[in-house]
Amino acid sequence: MNYLDHAATTPMLDEALEAYVATAREVGNPSSLHAAGRLARRRVEESRERVAAALGARPSEVVFTGGGTESDNLAVKGIFWARRAADPGRARVVASAIEHHAVLDPVEWLVRHEGASASWLPVDGAGRLTPETLAAVLDEHAAEVALISVMWANNEVGTVQPIAELAEVAAAYGIPFHTDAVQAVGQVPVDFAASGVSALTVTGHKLGGPIGVGALLLSRDVTATPVLHGGGQERDVRSGTLDAPGIVAFAVAVEAAVKTQQEYAARVGALRDDLVARVRQAVPEAIYNGDPDNRLPGNAHFSFPGCEGDALLLLLDAQGIACSTGSACSAGVAQPSHVLLAMGADDDRARSSLRFSLGHTSTAEDVDALIAALPGAVERARRAGAIRSARA
Amino acid sequence: MKVLAAMSGGVDSAVAAARAVEAGHDVTGVHLALARNPQTYRTGARGCCTLEDSRDARRAADVIGIPFYVWDLADRFHADVVEDFVAEYAAGRTPNPCLRCNEKIKFAAVLDRAVALGFDAVVTGHHARLGPDGLLRRSVDTAKDQSYVLAVLTREQLDRSIFPLGDSTKAEVRAEAARRGLAVADKPDSHDICFIADGDTRRFLAERLGEAPGDIVDAQTGAVVGTHRGAYAYTVGQRRGLSLGVPAPDGRPRYVLSITPKTNTVTVGPAEALEVSTVYAERPVWTGGPTPTGPVECLVQLRAHGQVVPATVRLDGGSFRADLHQPVRGVAAGQAIVAYRPDPGGDIVLGSATISGTATPLRSPVAAGAASPGA
Ligand SMILES: Cc1ncc(COP(=O)(O)O)c(C=O)c1O
Repeated sequence: MNYLDHAATTPMLDEALEAYVATAREVGNPSSLHAAGRLARRRVEESRERVAAALGARPSEVVFTGGGTESDNLAVKGIFWARRAADPGRARVVASAIEHHAVLDPVEWLVRHEGASASWLPVDGAGRLTPETLAAVLDEHAAEVALISVMWANNEVGTVQPIAELAEVAAAYGIPFHTDAVQAVGQVPVDFAASGVSALTVTGHKLGGPIGVGALLLSRDVTATPVLHGGGQERDVRSGTLDAPGIVAFAVAVEAAVKTQQEYAARVGALRDDLVARVRQAVPEAIYNGDPDNRLPGNAHFSFPGCEGDALLLLLDAQGIACSTGSACSAGVAQPSHVLLAMGADDDRARSSLRFSLGHTSTAEDVDALIAALPGAVERARRAGAIRSARA
Repeated sequence: MKVLAAMSGGVDSAVAAARAVEAGHDVTGVHLALARNPQTYRTGARGCCTLEDSRDARRAADVIGIPFYVWDLADRFHADVVEDFVAEYAAGRTPNPCLRCNEKIKFAAVLDRAVALGFDAVVTGHHARLGPDGLLRRSVDTAKDQSYVLAVLTREQLDRSIFPLGDSTKAEVRAEAARRGLAVADKPDSHDICFIADGDTRRFLAERLGEAPGDIVDAQTGAVVGTHRGAYAYTVGQRRGLSLGVPAPDGRPRYVLSITPKTNTVTVGPAEALEVSTVYAERPVWTGGPTPTGPVECLVQLRAHGQVVPATVRLDGGSFRADLHQPVRGVAAGQAIVAYRPDPGGDIVLGSATISGTATPLRSPVAAGAASPGA
């Protein structure tokens, strides 16, 4: 198999897996007072320090969670609730139009069930958001805004946002700024303190750690109302027995991903550039989506006019090539991506898109395999697409 | 062969896919998402279009060990099956949506896409046989036989279809599913119409066509004997739900004889008046051999799971006529007439057409609906 879907999840690093297994062999609830509990607690706290150090945060700012979705929910709902409780006039959420569903849906839920209003920040054709766009919305609504959420890097088209500049605008208005950095950590430099954001989502399984563990970095001057109530293990903002093996492995992976980020970006970025050049050569009409420069090193995203992304995916899958249409599924049915639509693509272009994402195990052989299979798949998918449009 | 198995989430299509793998084919499973809003379709075990069905299909594909995808055909299904269903009722006919789905979706939209993507055939869990001779036959399980809703398929469609279940009874299929570890083994059969959530066809039609009160007329006396809320909601041969204010002179039950959308009239009469001796039909297909040029002796079936009667069939260009050797009651326009070869087994499909009108033994042709013979 040639795995070109690292943005969906990437293989665990050996050292993370080993750390996981070693810790999982030990008994102990980090909240217990006896020796076994103390050992587990020590593992968790060491991991907290490692994650904090790797990401430019203080240990007390690290809230361990069950992954990216939970961190996003905690940031969006938790900060919204806390801010509105302090000032009932603050019931607006400002977010980019290209957020992951883990942010998008909590915001929409707040609108539907909590009387929130939302301002969706538009992006340009490359998926970029400018500080001026944010400033314009804040000029108008600053007094009502509970929080701002803008992802560090987009999971579909790979566009990297000018997060520090955006956070500076937010800071000028004194509004908490959350960023979903799930796709960014280990791919581009991410420093919590230096970026000026007040909350940051990171997850394990996109950077070589296990699935189901992550963190919300939460600045100490921002409060969040809990989403999960219970034992209050994490600063009283998140409850649930701490997953010591998962957290330990997560910390190992974060540390490794951050440490190797530069060489990773150089190596994988070169592989990606090769992939892009050869895809364009093999399928000249392919449209390269996203920002050509400010982009995740492993991301390549194309529209193949006249094809349907899910037909291409099936054909490539049959040849052992794993990629993604990049967009969310509802009941397994690919929906036209809200990200591409926000970037001004029409429905057809959105439906004709495919994401190839490289990662730490990718090789030139993966790219060769894709280039060998792609032209035939595109031709077939185009024939299938022609039937559909002729009959529709 | 590279084949595409249409997997509804039910037991039949799961076993069909498993058998295709065992037969040595390279099988890919697809679930057809037919509902625009899956929640509105029948839930649980009854339909074939819910989220739960999609998950069941995926789980079956996992167990069988084949790739699995969901294909979104909701728009096509809506246009070709749901809207057709409503339009047919509005025109006074009685459609068969499962047949239409086979004709337009499973063995057309899906098959065409599959072929374009490099597949050789589509595999389904229909209970019918399709052997190397290319002849479509009834299932050995006559109670579950679905040849009636497949007879609409053309030669080209049949040549790209595989029905692995035709030699098995439903009970055998269920037992095999259990043996293979398929969790759908004891999932109840689907019934009724998948896109009518509560099974209330009359209300479904009323919501789309509106209430349209009109007269119920007695065929013998010409008198108005009742009112209805929309002629479209009736089917030839129907007795229940008429609530006639005026009893029949002879006190015997009355049945719907015909529906006339133009005047929004439902005509009723005694059971004998339902008897039909000739059936006119249109859009014929003939797959049981060369298209006949003269009269052919057949056995014909006039509705799903309906009785079978001997008849002489004549094809003339686009029209199809069957002279029944014994009268049949309650023949509705819009249903299919399927002709079987009149050998002792009577299980080989010769051809099929859509019923457009009928004639009774004594009277001249009565259009059972808007269409008249040869129109
Ligand atoms: C940008 C982004 N945010 C959030 C998530 C969700 O993270 P998790 O899978 O850890 O819940 C993902 C992963 O799919 C993602 O790409």
